[in-house]
Amino acid sequence: MVTALPDARRARHIAEQVPDPELPMLTLADLGVLRDVEVTGDGTVVARLTPTYSGCPAMAEMRAGVAARLREAGYAHVEIRTVLDPPWSSDWITESGRRKLAEHGIAPPGAAPRGPVPLVLSPTRPAVPCPRCGSRETEETSRFAATSCKALWRCRSCREPFEYVKEI
Amino acid sequence: MSDDHVYLTLAEGHEDDTRWAYGTGFEDPLHGVDTAVPEGVDAAELAADCVALADDALVSAQRLAEWVTRAPELEEEVALANIGLDLLGQARLLYSRAGQVDGTGRDEDAYAYFRDAADFRNVRLAELPGGDFAFAIARLLVLSTWRLAHFQRLAAHPDPVLAAVAAKGVKELAYHRQYAAEWAVRLGDGTDESHRRMRAALEQVAPYLGELHSAHDARDEVADVLRRVTEAAGLPLPVYRPLPGSGRAGEHTEHLVPLLTELQGVARAHPGATW
Repeated sequence: MVTALPDARRARHIAEQVPDPELPMLTLADLGVLRDVEVTGDGTVVARLTPTYSGCPAMAEMRAGVAARLREAGYAHVEIRTVLDPPWSSDWITESGRRKLAEHGIAPPGAAPRGPVPLVLSPTRPAVPCPRCGSRETEETSRFAATSCKALWRCRSCREPFEYVKEI
Repeated sequence: MSDDHVYLTLAEGHEDDTRWAYGTGFEDPLHGVDTAVPEGVDAAELAADCVALADDALVSAQRLAEWVTRAPELEEEVALANIGLDLLGQARLLYSRAGQVDGTGRDEDAYAYFRDAADFRNVRLAELPGGDFAFAIARLLVLSTWRLAHFQRLAAHPDPVLAAVAAKGVKELAYHRQYAAEWAVRLGDGTDESHRRMRAALEQVAPYLGELHSAHDARDEVADVLRRVTEAAGLPLPVYRPLPGSGRAGEHTEHLVPLLTELQGVARAHPGATW
């Protein structure tokens, strides 16, 4: 049985503040991977997380991080569940998350495509604005960066390389 | 916790600090997911489908990882490793699902590390040895296109777990296909040497196309993408004779055993080890 105890809001707040291991300027709430936190009738905190990518090695860290923070906050029984459906979308990154990414020199994603990204063989692809100087004179150097969720770009105006969170 | 202390954050003690990113015995990637098999779904068939798709992904991930330190540029190593990591993640989820539904209760490690080559059901194209960069691209183009088309249909599978794994995989595979297609065009439309290599690579890959069966033939989409890519690259469509036999029936080339020996060696020498 699940009841809406006031405790659930506190537990949710604690879980929301856990930083993402790969993008530590974002909390798990900013990233949109924390789907839901509830406190069951017997006092167990159940937090549900969605992986960003199937192979994201940070998932184990996220689970451990949320569980550790909740235990530190006095919740003796914590359960972390995985939610696969619906799959994570970069659209779930919050406005504050997008602002923080840009402040740290990482270009936030645009709107995710409605289906899988279509195969495009023409060389023209929309440019990602540089998160440092705002120029659209940018180019992709690699579709994949230090993590699956990012691409590598560089700005031809300010000459700085930058990362870009891909739409998915 | 400050943004500046990301490594301290990672190093902070938590209940599972005996292991960080490697080894065996990780927490089940399907932990907390409803494991019931819906009525009307044939459990044995579902498990076999999951294993075949997981084997394709695991074996491909191993071949992609071999490019690390060997690719023409650092960016391509990073890309190929990332693609391999996505596939490894898909394999983990699919093996876990197979173990839940085939009645054996095996975990992902049992499938990945403790089955022999004859029990693997990956297509032979996935296990062929490295070759040059053009071959890696040709293989990735075919396998990612087929898997993407197949997963798009599996997203409507009556088993909600397989459907969810497929729906997630579709997003990843579209990026893999785009990467491979761009390189195929660049190489085909590049120098005489890169053109020659890309053409040879497509000819090497083509005889294995026949193995990529599925109930709703995703091979039509492979043919369509190959046509578009070769057209854009100024390459001829490969002419080929399909090879008999199928990895889906456990018939493999001589290359799978050495691949698995390397992949499984540590886990078999030190069962249950974590590091």
